[in-house]
Amino acid sequence: MMKYIMTGMIVLSFIFAAVTGRMSELSTAFLEECGGAVELAIYLVGVIALWSGLMRVAQSSGLTEKLAKLTAPLLSKLFGGLSRGGKAMQYITLNITANILGLGNASTPFGIAAMREIEKEERSSVPEVASRNMITLTVMNTASLQLIPTTAAALRLKYGSESPMEILTCVWITSVCALAAALIACRVLGGRRRL
Amino acid sequence: MSFSDFIIPVLFAGVLLYGLFRKTDVFGEFTEGVREGLHTVYDIFPSLFCLVVTVAAFKASGGAELLTGLIAPALSAVGFPPECGSLLILRPFSGSGAIAIFEQILKAYGPDSFAGRVASVILGSSETTFYTLSVYFAAVKAKKTRYALAAALLGDIVCALVSAVTVRFLL
Repeated sequence: MMKYIMTGMIVLSFIFAAVTGRMSELSTAFLEECGGAVELAIYLVGVIALWSGLMRVAQSSGLTEKLAKLTAPLLSKLFGGLSRGGKAMQYITLNITANILGLGNASTPFGIAAMREIEKEERSSVPEVASRNMITLTVMNTASLQLIPTTAAALRLKYGSESPMEILTCVWITSVCALAAALIACRVLGGRRRL
Repeated sequence: MSFSDFIIPVLFAGVLLYGLFRKTDVFGEFTEGVREGLHTVYDIFPSLFCLVVTVAAFKASGGAELLTGLIAPALSAVGFPPECGSLLILRPFSGSGAIAIFEQILKAYGPDSFAGRVASVILGSSETTFYTLSVYFAAVKAKKTRYALAAALLGDIVCALVSAVTVRFLL
C-alpha cells in the first residue's frame, strides 16, 4: 500500500509544482523536511517510552487484564478469534480507552503493542499480510473515538467563539457515523475470510 | 485546574501504586517498557520518515490549493462549504497542517460561521488517517494491507458529509 501512496503523491507533487510554478519550493521541501522527520521521531521516542513504561507496569501487575475483562463482551464482537483477557485484547482495550479519553499520544504506543500481540496470537497469519483484526484496529484508529474535542474547542475559544462547545452533539453524531461506515466497510470488504 | 488535568497524574500515581501493592517490580518493568518504546520508534521510523517527506513535498507543491479549487463545485453541490475544502484534503495527511488550516478558516470566517462550525466538527471527529495507517502497519511489517485504506477513506468521506448535515440541521 505505502509504495503506491508514496510514489503517487511524489509524482502528483511534481505535476502540481510544474503547474503552479513552485518547483523550487518542492525541491527545498525534500531537503528541509528530512530533518523534520527526525525531529518528529525524537519527540515520539519520549512519548512512546513514557507510555510504554507505564503500560508494562499496568500489564505485569494484572491491571490491564482486569480492564480487558470488563470490555470483553463488547470488544470480542469486533475482534473475533482473540482470546478474552489475552494480551492482545488488553492492549486493544488500553488503545481504545486512551482514544476515548483524548490521550492521543498514549493511544499510539498502546495501538502498536496491540498490533504486535495480535500478530503473535494469530500465528497462522501470512507474514507481510495484514490480518482482519489488525485492519479493524487500524481502521478504528483512523476514525475519531475522542469524547471531548478539546483541540477544536480550545481554538474556537481563542478565535472568539460565543459557544466553543456547541459543536459537541455534531461531533458525536459525525464520529459515530464515520466509525460505523468504516467498520461496516471492513466487514463487507473482508468477506468470509477468517483472518 | 479542570477534570482533564487530573487524568494523567492520577493514572501515573495510581498505576505505580497498584503495581507496588501487587508486589510488581515497578521500576524494572517501567524501564523495560522504556527500552521497548525505543525499539518501537526504531521499527516505525523508516515508514514515518517516508510519510513526513512525502507530505512535505505535497504541501510545498501547492497541490492542496489546486485540488481545493477543483473539488469546490462538487462540494457546493452536496451542501458542503467549499471554504473547508483545503482542510478536507490535508486532514488525512498532516495533523499539524490541518490545525494550521483550521485556524486560518476560523480567522477568515469566524468560529460561529457555517464554514467555521463545519471545520470544527471535522477536526473533532477525524484523525490523521495516513499517519495511523503507516505507523500501525509498519509496527507489524505488513505490506499487503488489503481493504484497510478503502475502509479508512470511506470513514473520512462520511465524516465530511455528515459534518455539514449535522451543522446545518442542529446548530
